Amino acid sequence: MIEAKSLTKQYGDFTAVDGLSFTVNEGEVLGFLGPNGAGKSTTMKMLSGFLTPSSGTASIQGHDLTGDTLALRRCIGYLPEGAPLYGEMTVRQFLQFVARARSLSGSDAKRSVAQTMQRLNLEPVSSQTIETLSKGYKRRVGLAQAILHDPQVLILDEPTDGLDPNQKHEVRRLIRGMAEDKIIIISTHILEEVEALCSRAMIIAEGRLLVDDTPRGLVRRSRYHNAITLVVDHPQQAASALSELPETARVELKEHELTVFPQPDADLLAAVTGAVDMHRWTVSELRWESGRLDEVFREITGRAQQRGTV
Amino acid sequence: MQAMTNVLRRELAGYFATPVAYVFIVIFLMAASALTFYLGGFYERGIADLEPFFRFHPWLYLFLVPAISMRLWAEERKTGTVELLLTLPVTLQQAVLGKFLAAWLFVGLALLLTFPVWITVNLLGDPDNGSILAAYIGSWLMAGGFLAIGSCLSALTRNQVVAFILTVVVCFLFLVSGLPLVLNFFKGWAPQVFLDGISNLSFLSHFAAISKGVIDLRDLVYFALVMGFWLLANIIVLELKKAD
Repeated sequence: MIEAKSLTKQYGDFTAVDGLSFTVNEGEVLGFLGPNGAGKSTTMKMLSGFLTPSSGTASIQGHDLTGDTLALRRCIGYLPEGAPLYGEMTVRQFLQFVARARSLSGSDAKRSVAQTMQRLNLEPVSSQTIETLSKGYKRRVGLAQAILHDPQVLILDEPTDGLDPNQKHEVRRLIRGMAEDKIIIISTHILEEVEALCSRAMIIAEGRLLVDDTPRGLVRRSRYHNAITLVVDHPQQAASALSELPETARVELKEHELTVFPQPDADLLAAVTGAVDMHRWTVSELRWESGRLDEVFREITGRAQQRGTV
Repeated sequence: MQAMTNVLRRELAGYFATPVAYVFIVIFLMAASALTFYLGGFYERGIADLEPFFRFHPWLYLFLVPAISMRLWAEERKTGTVELLLTLPVTLQQAVLGKFLAAWLFVGLALLLTFPVWITVNLLGDPDNGSILAAYIGSWLMAGGFLAIGSCLSALTRNQVVAFILTVVVCFLFLVSGLPLVLNFFKGWAPQVFLDGISNLSFLSHFAAISKGVIDLRDLVYFALVMGFWLLANIIVLELKKAD
């Protein structure tokens, strides 16, 4: 279990992380979301034992951040921001170095290095120096060193940054595969990643926790939740007709797209399709919206920014 | 201990994975020989000892050791690997000591490779090999002192060039603090105790005896203290600056 209690980090007058409190349990994949400079990386640096908090503390699997960080670091796998690596080493040398640092003995070290390389498809490049690898391979080497000792807690700072869509998919699959009995914290500014990967999301801005919810719960906060967007041949006429429906709260017309927002708990889809049938409109596109995460994100972090400037 | 040797091994292997090791060793050997035979007048003196060889070591180290030490921490900080290293179950002390020892062993290796000079002097005459050994040890200790200064200063910055220049300047001050050039500046207004203190800090005065083959416990303690002090400072600097 990870338990953070008013974790705070200050650099001079600047407060990077401001009294963050939360708990994470086994089996959870927690996503840190937030604009750049929100304090996501700083929080992860503190949890990994790299930075000492200015005040507050956190305990990971019973080890306190302000106490014995060596024991704490043993149960964590950490991928720092940008996945820094020793470029002059070969992939195998580097992983062996990490295995030894993780106190794995000879045969154990060999086995876990081999297993991890296989898991991340690193075998083809195992004897290449890291600096000659592509970005995707480098990121995977970074992940490999984090999961090498099969840690209980994984802290991954932007694990899919700079990867192409296929590689992103692979990394997400890997993380999901490990999620069951571990605690995983990832940070990202890719919103789809939160939906694809996380069981829980925390939106952070200016070092403060703004929202702590499931990805589904976040989507539900969107004003587009359960709305219907359609493209019809007579948008003006359709707009006025649809706004008459008892299920409709509001209709918006943007270029050719018509978005109908529902009254609470109304079955809007049936009503709209009924109206389409009745008026015999030609519909070229119709979609039901579950909610727009980017809109929720902008709204929540934008509000925080406004508060900050006033 | 195991964690420290692991850091040491990685670091030492790193020298040989890049051209750093080969360039350093070649330049060191060439410069050491040139100084011995041309400036030192090895043959002209007609004495079978290595005094003209060891005499120039402080000045050789002044420029070559910072070239080794400048990357110790500055590079780790620049590439961000310091975050990787210090979130492994490795303490700051183990990391600092491991990296320092790797650099020190490496300079030791370069020093060992000067053995042809020793063979030469043994072929030409009948030198006191005991005092030559003592001088080698003294020279290696002095290199350790330079390295500890360089390691600490390289933790101050992300820029290797800045680390190099800072280290050369600080090492130069430590070298010359016993010379009249520096002492005259303080003479007349500073108390004698202070003058003695400054003069005692000098690498040159402590190395002078050793290079003649006289090992004095005080000189050994001096170099050990210099290394201890600067490595401790190194740990503190890292603790404060690692996040910047």
